[in-house]
Amino acid sequence: MATQSIDGPKRGSLLSDQRTRAIVFQALAFFLVAVFFIYIGTNTARNLEALGISTGFGFLDSPAGYDVAMSLIPYTATDTHGRVFFVGLLNTLSVAVTGIIAATILGVILGVLRLSKNWLVSKLVYWYVEVVRNVPLLLQILFWYGVLLGLPRVRDAIPVFETMFLSNRGFYLPRPVPGDGIGLIIIAFFVAVIAIPIIARAARKRQEQTGQIFPVFWTSAALIIGLPALAAIVTGFPLTFDYPEKGGFNFKGGMVLRPEFVALWFSLSIYTAGFIAEIVRAGIQAVSHGQTEAAFSLGLKPNWTMRMIVLPQALRVIVPPLTSQYLNLTKNSSLAIAIGYPDLVSTFGGTSLNQTGQAIEIIMMTMLVYLTISLLISMLMNYYNKRIALVER
Amino acid sequence: MSDITQSNAPGQHYPPGEHPDLPPPPGTVGAIGWLRNNLFSSIPNTILTLLAIYFLVVSIPPVLDWVYFEADFEGASRTDCTSAGACWALIDVRLKQYLFGLYPSDELWRVYVAGLVLALAVLPVLFDKIPFRKILLVNTLLLPITGFYLLSGTGSGPDAWLTTVETPQWGGLLLTLVIGVTGIVASLPIGVALALGRRSNMPVVRAMCVTFIEFVRGVPLITILFMSSVMVPLFLPEGVNFDKLLRCLIGVSLFSAAYMAEVIRGGLQAIPKGQYEAASAMGLSFWKMMYLIILPQALRIVIPGIVNTFIGLFKDTSLVLIIGLFDLLGIAKTVITDANWIGLSHESYAFVAVIYWVFCFGMSRYSIWLEAKLHTGHKR
Repeated sequence: MATQSIDGPKRGSLLSDQRTRAIVFQALAFFLVAVFFIYIGTNTARNLEALGISTGFGFLDSPAGYDVAMSLIPYTATDTHGRVFFVGLLNTLSVAVTGIIAATILGVILGVLRLSKNWLVSKLVYWYVEVVRNVPLLLQILFWYGVLLGLPRVRDAIPVFETMFLSNRGFYLPRPVPGDGIGLIIIAFFVAVIAIPIIARAARKRQEQTGQIFPVFWTSAALIIGLPALAAIVTGFPLTFDYPEKGGFNFKGGMVLRPEFVALWFSLSIYTAGFIAEIVRAGIQAVSHGQTEAAFSLGLKPNWTMRMIVLPQALRVIVPPLTSQYLNLTKNSSLAIAIGYPDLVSTFGGTSLNQTGQAIEIIMMTMLVYLTISLLISMLMNYYNKRIALVER
Repeated sequence: MSDITQSNAPGQHYPPGEHPDLPPPPGTVGAIGWLRNNLFSSIPNTILTLLAIYFLVVSIPPVLDWVYFEADFEGASRTDCTSAGACWALIDVRLKQYLFGLYPSDELWRVYVAGLVLALAVLPVLFDKIPFRKILLVNTLLLPITGFYLLSGTGSGPDAWLTTVETPQWGGLLLTLVIGVTGIVASLPIGVALALGRRSNMPVVRAMCVTFIEFVRGVPLITILFMSSVMVPLFLPEGVNFDKLLRCLIGVSLFSAAYMAEVIRGGLQAIPKGQYEAASAMGLSFWKMMYLIILPQALRIVIPGIVNTFIGLFKDTSLVLIIGLFDLLGIAKTVITDANWIGLSHESYAFVAVIYWVFCFGMSRYSIWLEAKLHTGHKR
C-alpha cells in the first residue's frame, strides 16, 4: 500500500509515468543512433564498392614502398605497412616521452620560480607563461622549425663545445660506442635504480620509529652516479665516442637529431611547461598557510617544511591536472605531420592512407592507439591518485 | 618599563602614551626598501636577480633591433629589404590575404559589416550593463543567420542581391574567426546536453554520452579532422557532398563540445543536492528545474573553465591548415612560399602569433575580470 503511494497515482496515463517515459525515451534514442549507424554503414559499403576498395586488414602485409626519414627499428621501403605502423608508433612515443620529461623539469622549475619572492624573476616567468600559453602550439612548432631551417649549412655549421654541430640538417652529436664490459655499467645503474626505493622505504621506517632522518636524496644521487662510475673505473672506461666530422656535403660519423624532431620536441616541451608551471604554482598555493605556520612553530626549517609538509600535500592537487597535460602532450605530438616528422599520424595515417585508400581501417587504428595510451595513462594515474589520496574518517 | 623607554630614545623621558612616532629606519621604505625586499633580500635572491637582469640585457636589445630599429617596413619584394632586421614589407603588401584570404575585393564591405555585426553581438554577452542591451541581444541571436548570408551570399547571377562567395575563397583571420565563433556557439549547447546526459539516470543515454565524451577526449583533434575530411564523404550517399568547411566546423564543434561537457559536469556536481530536491519539491519539471535553478548556478561556477575551453578551441582552429583550409596560420605558411617573399618565416609567424595572442590573452583577462565580479558576496 505504502509503496503504491510513493510510486505515484495508478490512474495516471502511461505517458505521465516517469519510468515508462524513461524507457520510451531511451528506446527512441537507441533506435535513432542505431539507424544512424546502419545508414552510414550501408552508404560506406556502397561507396567502397563503387571505388573498388576492399575492406579488411590485408593491406598491413603489403609492401609500403616509401622511405621513412627516422626509424628506431630497421626499416626499408620494401617493408610492410604493418611495420610502418610500428615505426610511426615508436617515433610518436619517443617524442612524447622525451617531451614529457623535459616539460616536467622545466615546468616545475618555472612554477617554483613564479612563486619566488623575487619580483623580477616572478614577473619574467609570468610573461613566459602568458606568451607560451596564448599562442597556438602549431604556430610555435612551425616557427621553431623555421628557425632551425634558418641555421647555417653543413659547411658553416656552428660548433658547440668543439664536438657538436648545429646546422640546418640537424643537431650533430657524438655517438656513444659501447666497448667490452659496458654491460657491467648498465647493471650497476639498474642496481642503483632498484636500491633507491628500498633505501627510501627503510629510511622512512627508521624515521617513523626513531625520529632520525636519513639523507635519502644525497644517498640516491651518490648511488646513481657513483655505482656506474665505479663500474666504469673497474672495467677501464669501455665507452668511446664516435665524433661527427665535416665531410663534403654532410657530416661523417656521430649521430644526428633531425630538425623536425628537435623543433617538435622543443615546442611541445616549452608549450606544455607553461601549463605545468601554472599547475605547480596553483598546487603549492592550495596548501593552506596554516600548514606552513604550524610546521614553523614546530621548529621545522624552511626547506624541511617544503619537503615534508607542503610538497606532499601539493602533489594531491598537482597530479590530476598534470596527468591530463601529459595526455595532451602525447596527443599534440600528432601535429608532427605539419613539419614532416614521421610520427604515427604522418606516416601510417598520412602516406599509408594515401597509398592504400583504406581510410576507415587506418584512421580507426590510429585513433585506437591514442585511446589506448590515454586509457593506460589515466589508469596509472588513478592508481597513483588513490594511493596518495587523503585518508579521511 | 623605564628601560624600554630609555632604549627607544636615549636621554629623553616621555610620559606613558605620549611617545612620538619615530620614522621607519631608512632602507625599509621607498624605492630602496622595495628593492631590498623584492630583489636583494638574500644572497640566492640577489644571484637570481642578477641572472635575470643579465638575461634581459642579452636578449632584449637584439630582439628590439630585429623588430624595429633595424627593420624594413616598405618594399615590393624581399630584395627591397636591405637592413639586418625584419622585413615587415611582407605584412604591408599581403595584409589583405592575412585578414581575408582570397575573398573578392569588391565584396569586402560584406566582411566589414559582418565584423561590425559580430562586435555588436559579442558586446551584450560580455557586459551586462551596456545601453540597448535587449536590442543588441536580438542581434546576437540572429548572428548565425545574418553572418552566414552576409559572408556566403544569397545566390549567384547578376540580379542576386549578394553574390555567392564560395567557402574556399574564405581565409585568413576571417576564416579563423568563423571557425572559432561557430565552434564556441555550437559547443556550449551540445556540451550542456552531453553533460546532462552523462549525469542522467537513464543508463542507455548515460552510456552513449560517456562513450562519446571519452572517445573524443582520447584522440587528437587532427584525427577527427582527418575523419571529417576523408571518412565523412564515404559515409554519405552518392552525389551528396558537404562543403569542406562545414565538415571541418562539425568536427571542431563536436571536439570542443566533449571538453565543454566535462567542464559543465564539474559545475553540475558542485551544486548541492538540496537545490535539485527543492526544485523537485516545488513541482518543477526536469527541464524547468535545469533551466531555472541548476544551470544558472552551475554555469556561473565554471565560467573560468568555459573560457579556457574557448581559448583552447580558438588556438585549435589553426589545425585546419593540415586538412588544406587557409586560416590565419595557413595563410602565414603559404605566403612565405611565394618566390618574392620566400624564407621570411620569422616575420610571417611572428605577425600571426601577435594576432592569436591578443585574442587569447584578451579572453583570459576577461575571464579573470568576470570571476572577480561574480565572486562578490558568495566567496567562502
